[in-house]
Amino acid sequence: MLKLPIYLDNNATTPMDPRVLEAMTPYFLEHFGNAASRNHPFGWEAEEAVDYAREQVAKLVGADPKEIIFTSGATEGDNLGIKGVYEMYASKGNHIITATTEHKAVLDTCKHIEKLGGEVTYLQVKSDGLIDLKELEAAIKPTTILIAIMYANNEIGTIQPIHEISTIAKKHGVLLFTDATQAVGKIPVDVNKDGIDLMAFSAHKMYGPKGVGALYVRRKNPRVKVTAQMDGGGHERGMRSGTLNVPGIVGFGKACEICRLDMEADTKRISKLRDKLETELMKLEEAYINGSTEHRLPHVTNISFKHVEGEGLLMGFNKNIALSSGSACTSASLEPSYVLKALGLGDDLAHSSLRFGLGRFTDEEQIDYTIRAISETVLKLRDMSPLWEMYKEGIDLSKIEWAAH
Amino acid sequence: MAYSEKVIDHYQNPKNVGTLDKSSKNVGTGLVGAPECGDVMRLQIQVDDETGMITDAKFKTFGCGSAIASSSLATEWLKGKSIDEALTVDNMDFVEELNLPPVKIHCSVLAEDAIKAAINDYRVKNGKETIKFEESVVH
Repeated sequence: MLKLPIYLDNNATTPMDPRVLEAMTPYFLEHFGNAASRNHPFGWEAEEAVDYAREQVAKLVGADPKEIIFTSGATEGDNLGIKGVYEMYASKGNHIITATTEHKAVLDTCKHIEKLGGEVTYLQVKSDGLIDLKELEAAIKPTTILIAIMYANNEIGTIQPIHEISTIAKKHGVLLFTDATQAVGKIPVDVNKDGIDLMAFSAHKMYGPKGVGALYVRRKNPRVKVTAQMDGGGHERGMRSGTLNVPGIVGFGKACEICRLDMEADTKRISKLRDKLETELMKLEEAYINGSTEHRLPHVTNISFKHVEGEGLLMGFNKNIALSSGSACTSASLEPSYVLKALGLGDDLAHSSLRFGLGRFTDEEQIDYTIRAISETVLKLRDMSPLWEMYKEGIDLSKIEWAAH
Repeated sequence: MAYSEKVIDHYQNPKNVGTLDKSSKNVGTGLVGAPECGDVMRLQIQVDDETGMITDAKFKTFGCGSAIASSSLATEWLKGKSIDEALTVDNMDFVEELNLPPVKIHCSVLAEDAIKAAINDYRVKNGKETIKFEESVVH
């Protein structure tokens, strides 16, 4: 039996895996100790659990457990990684290179740094969402201390060439930070093979709990340090003070372990469903896939249905299917997705986009239902769209002088 | 954001979707908004020359649910009204009737603009001057 509503917004957050919850439960009531309490069994149990989780997390990304700093999530990891490097390496330089399609947690952190007197270069992306490696290398200056490029994009799933980026970074003695929130647990990420110096990621995007994440900070070749952004008890090797969220960390560890063991099978199954969804929806006229289809997360697709507006489209089925749109009508501003605009999409196509994020608990019945519901709604709204009518009459919409609104 | 029941009803069962013959002298067409802004409304009225009454109204809208509902409601309101009565329809009438939240007020403004544009188009076709409207406050 098909259970509604269907959840296809796994880039926003994932449901917890029941196995994760099971691992966490004892750490709320029985083993409630503070991992920093060194003098009694409650503290020892908590510390042991945290150490075990740290190993589970490290193993998923090929890191040493000592290189994992637990945080409250990827936003904190982005802030700590970027601001922490900016402060720690101030004597070396003040220039950071990032890209226009980064998550707001990275972009706004960079803007903050500009206010503090830092210099930031925002690289444009190509129409497939990838950065140009030549442009990246050309942007490096003697004062460059950090390159901050995301592993995979949250709206279009485009995977950046992290290995090539790190090769360039190394060549110039610049550190590489990556926001890998959408990638870790979904595709193989290995900090050593990829040459990553700092990496932020989060539990709730990989079937773990909300409110916990990690910042990977390299300890060898080179040894990287970040200045703490919160003062306090000096937890996490002095880089992140604050009592550890033991149940959350235990859940995060379990989530990482499951992802590591199930990744291959999950990816195979989910990407097949994604491909089916995409193939069927692309049978509609004037449908366009946004971002690279070659370098892309296996569970993501972002499609624009020309001449229908995203929010209006969502309304046709959002009681039954949870999705998000690049249209801005859902927010107070009228600006559509800055990521889609960065690809060079016109505002009209950006307003017409839907983002699909499949997950571990997506099944074929749900995808079949989604294909039907969306196809029907697109057709219905096109019948109601003056733009579609004009398009069908052969009118060039770009030649019309629209009343500015 | 939750939509009001009236918005949902108009979205699911839009009234008077369609196209009138825009070359006809009796038909006034208002096309407002822009694809870049995420809303385009086309509102058409058919006017009885002798009585000055609006005998039919049709719309097509590219936009969110509130924009679709506002234009659907506009066609319902316009049918059977005289041009003069139609000119008194205010954007706040849509806000009240459809219970639109503040972020959707621009949809109501667009609907009011579409009515005025359709009336002006009809006037021009029939040799009358266009009516100048004050800029709506919310844009």
